[in-house]
Parts: sequence; structure tokens; C-alpha cells
Amino acid sequence: MSLDAKTVTRIARLARIGLRPEEVETLGQDMGSIIDWVEQLKEVDVTGVDPMIGTGLAKPRLREDRVTDGDCRDKVLANAPEREGPFFTVPKVVE
Amino acid sequence: MSGIHDFTLASARDALKARKISAVELTNAHIDAIERLDGQLNSFITRTPDQAREGAKAADAALAKGEGGNLCGIPLGIKDLFCTNGVRTTAASKILGNFVPPYESTVTANLLKDGAVFLGKLNLDEFAMGSANLTSAFGPVENPWKRKDSEAKLVPGGSSGGSAAAVAAGLVLGATGTDTGGSIRQPAAFTGIAGIKPTYGRCSRFGTIAFASSLDQAGPMARNLQDCAILLESMAGFDPRDSTSVDTPVPNYEAALKRGVKGLRVGIPKEYHVDGMHAEIEALWQQGMTWLRDAGAEIVEVSLPHTKYGLPTYYIAALAEASSNLARYDGVRFGERVSAPSLDGLYEASRAAGFGEEVKRRILIGTHVLSSGYYDAYYLRAQKVRTLIQQDFLKAFENVDVLLTPTAPSGAFAQDEKPTDPVQMYLNDVFTVPASMAGVPALSVPAGLDARGVPLGLQLIGKFFDEETLIAAGHAIEQAAAFHHRPTLHAGVSA
Repeated sequence: MSLDAKTVTRIARLARIGLRPEEVETLGQDMGSIIDWVEQLKEVDVTGVDPMIGTGLAKPRLREDRVTDGDCRDKVLANAPEREGPFFTVPKVVE
Repeated sequence: MSGIHDFTLASARDALKARKISAVELTNAHIDAIERLDGQLNSFITRTPDQAREGAKAADAALAKGEGGNLCGIPLGIKDLFCTNGVRTTAASKILGNFVPPYESTVTANLLKDGAVFLGKLNLDEFAMGSANLTSAFGPVENPWKRKDSEAKLVPGGSSGGSAAAVAAGLVLGATGTDTGGSIRQPAAFTGIAGIKPTYGRCSRFGTIAFASSLDQAGPMARNLQDCAILLESMAGFDPRDSTSVDTPVPNYEAALKRGVKGLRVGIPKEYHVDGMHAEIEALWQQGMTWLRDAGAEIVEVSLPHTKYGLPTYYIAALAEASSNLARYDGVRFGERVSAPSLDGLYEASRAAGFGEEVKRRILIGTHVLSSGYYDAYYLRAQKVRTLIQQDFLKAFENVDVLLTPTAPSGAFAQDEKPTDPVQMYLNDVFTVPASMAGVPALSVPAGLDARGVPLGLQLIGKFFDEETLIAAGHAIEQAAAFHHRPTLHAGVSA
């Protein structure tokens, strides 16, 4: 079942992806068919099954609480699309 | 006649050590092959010939002194998902079109430390999302193989399609790939080469652009398993900068080739006999069983009851992770920016312009399954089914040492035969996804040609951190299959 335009627009807003009206329609169809297909998981009995979070192979580890990296401001800023001195810039967010 | 383009990685390594050939000669021959063939194949996004020649000179200097690591002077290609210090890294996306990382990924740093020479960055599906290398913002990659009596352009598989095509065509001696649900194994099968997806946690993910962090795993792609074993030994190892990296010693994988399969128990998962399976694929699978049995292995039927839920579980778990991982591309700190009057407007415009169609579709589905009201029904349920899938494998491995399956449900298809329904496209990964979900290692080896003359692969799936048994069993298939076919487009064929 196709996802309606309102739902697609809401999801796109959450994901911060701007969509053109014609994209809303095609994506609604595609997403609907993928969602229909994953619905088959409803037939699996998962009573008492723990969710798998990662593969559980790596042991959690602690390290000494000290700075291991840093002092590389210019490297951090090097790929900024727009910057002013040592700052990233964005449109005004506080009136 | 044997020429410079007949080397495998292993034989080139030996020839370099014996000073029968120089690293500069070897590198120049590969740069020349890239210039001749890659206009058509499009396997490279960024070529780095000058850097490669410098690296080759340094390798020759080390070799002359009897020094140099195991990969000293070996020309490789790097999937453009690994950050390379000072060399543009795009993930085949417009949004990272001009991104130049100020640091090196652990996997590529390990290869450089062993003396490898990088010829450039290889094409892939955008953010590794695809199974045909048709979603790259830098254009599709062409498979160097052709069907008999047809000029149709075939896909190389994906997402490591550029790596696969470059290795198969002889443009590089080996390449790095990454595998989230089959992205090393399926393109390896489509191009007649070998590829290994190691155990999750074997190779560091530090500096590899993330798609689905709980699944992404780097691995080698090369013309045979000996070459893959040499590469894997260099790529693998504990890395404190990746919290999922596992601290366990890296064995000598190359030595495992000689182990043989006598007494090995090989499981055949009965659920992999899927409805509508192509007769040629079924026949190849049977042939694989015969080869291993003749080499001394015992064939045992096993059951992986949740196999059919592998793909739908994958498409929930992987896309949920992708929607989180790709949130960082916002047009602020790096990547392409499209200006807008408000901050949200800037995000929306930058992401609308920067991401391709498939990436947008996947982010949106991932956002949907994580959103309030849907999280439990989709994401949490998928994680529980994932537990059941992993348990299937662990149970099977109580009784067998490896599993044998086909790698993909078909050989390479043509670029214009791409299914229009995204779900149909996802079915390419039906045999590769379950091992990724469980985190166990798997590999693909070329095993034969189909009736139209394109390669087919067999997959072996192993126990956690037992890549050595996989390599031993894979090598037994290699020896029996004696796959020495070459694609139509190959560096060793003069125009």
C-alpha cells in the first residue's frame, strides 16, 4: 500500500530532506511497497527473544581518561562549506 | 606468453622481492592499463598516478635494501568509502564531492605501512547503497565481462562494483571493499574474482564512511584467495579507535591455504533452495558439494529456519542505522551546501541536492521505522528477529565447520535490465545478507561460467574469527574449479 503524501512529507521533515511534489508521490509508492514487504516479520514469534544490539563480539573496554587527540582546529575546519575565521557559519537561528 | 598483466598479487610480491621486476615498472604498467581501459569501465572516481609513482619509487628503495613489508610495491585500488589523508573521498555522493579527509582510515594506514601503492579511489554505489553500482553520482561502472555474442553493458554488482571491475580487468592487483549485506561477495561473484567479508570486528571501521555500523565490515577483493589472504592479514587487527574492534591476534591467513578439507564438515542450508532458483545456480551448488566431497570433506544438510526473514530484517536494521549515520551530512561542517534563509531550510536544501534517489529512499524508510509509533513494530521487532537469525548460525556451527551456498541468485545482468521495483533489486542479496546479520565471516570464489559466458560464484560461511577454515575450503573449490577465464576487457589484451 502506498504511503500517503501527508505521511511522506512528515517523514521527510523528520529526516530534513526537501522533496519536490512529484518525488512525494513516487517515494510514497516505493516506500509503501518496501514497508508491505517487511510486514512479513509480523509472522515471526519473538516472545521472550532479546533484541540483538551489535554482534556482541567486542568486549566493552575502559581507557585512561586523557586527551588523545586535538589541537587540529584548521583540519576540522578545512572542509567547511562556509566559515568565518575559526567558526562554521549558519543562517541566523536566534532573533 | 607471460607478461606483466599475468601477475597475481602473490606472484608480483615474489617477483618484486627477487628483484625480477621493479615496483616502478609494475605501477607504470597498471597506470597505463587504467588509462587504456577505465574511460570505458569507469571503475575509478579519483586516480592518483603521481602519488603512486612516488610510492613505487620508495618501495624500490626499500626492496633494494632487502626491506619492505609484505605488500611492498604492490599496486592496489581503494574503495572510495575509506578516508585517505589528503586525497578526495566521496562515497560516490555529490554531497561529499569535494571532501578531502585530513586523516587516514585504519585499514588503508595498515596497507600503506606494509608498503602498498595506491592507484586511486574506486567507484561504488552511493554510500555503498546498491547491488549494481548504478547509484553512484559519478556514473555507473561497467563489468569487464560480456555475454557471448552480445555487446550489452553488464553491471559489476555492488556496492563494491568499482573494486570488482578494476580487479577483474587487471587495473589493480587487489582492492579494498566493504560489505554490509553482500557488497564484497556479490560483486566478486559477478566479475569472476574472490572476496572475503571477515568476521564483524576483524577489520577496524575507523575512517570508513558509515552506512550501517553494526554490519559494515571491510575486506579484500582480488583475483584469488591467496591474494585475498595476503591483503586480509595486512588490513585486519585490533584498533582502539573502533569500539567494535575485537582484540584477537591476526593469524597467517596465507598459511591456511594449504590446510585442505579432509574431514571438514560442510553444511548445506536447506532453506537456501529458494523458490524459483535458477537451474544453473542449483547445478553449480551441487558441483561445489561434489568438489568438496572429492577433496575429503563431508557434506551435511543443516537448517537455518529464519533464512527468509534475513532480507526484510536487514532492510529495517540497516536503513535505521543509515538514517542516523547520514544525519551528519547537513551542509554545515563539511560537504556540499545549498544556502537557504533558515537553518532547517539549509539542511533540507543541502540534503535534497546532495543525496541521490536511492539514498533518499533509504534514509526516509530508516527514519520511518525509527519514528514514534513505529519503533516497536518495526525496528525493535527486527532486532529480535536478528537474534533468531544469529542463533540459527550458532546452532548450525555446533554440527558443521563451514556452510556452502551460492553467492547470488544469478550472474551479472545488463545495466538496462535493472528491476524497477526496489524490492526485486534487494533480492540480489538474499544469500549474502544472513551471514552479515549474524556477524560471521563469509567469502565468494569464482566457480564457473553460466550458459551466457558470465561468471558465477560460490559462497562459504564460517564460524566467528575462523577465516582460516573458510580460506582452506575456498581454496579447495578454487583448485577443483580451475577458473582461469578472463573478461573481454582486460589489461593483458591489446586493443
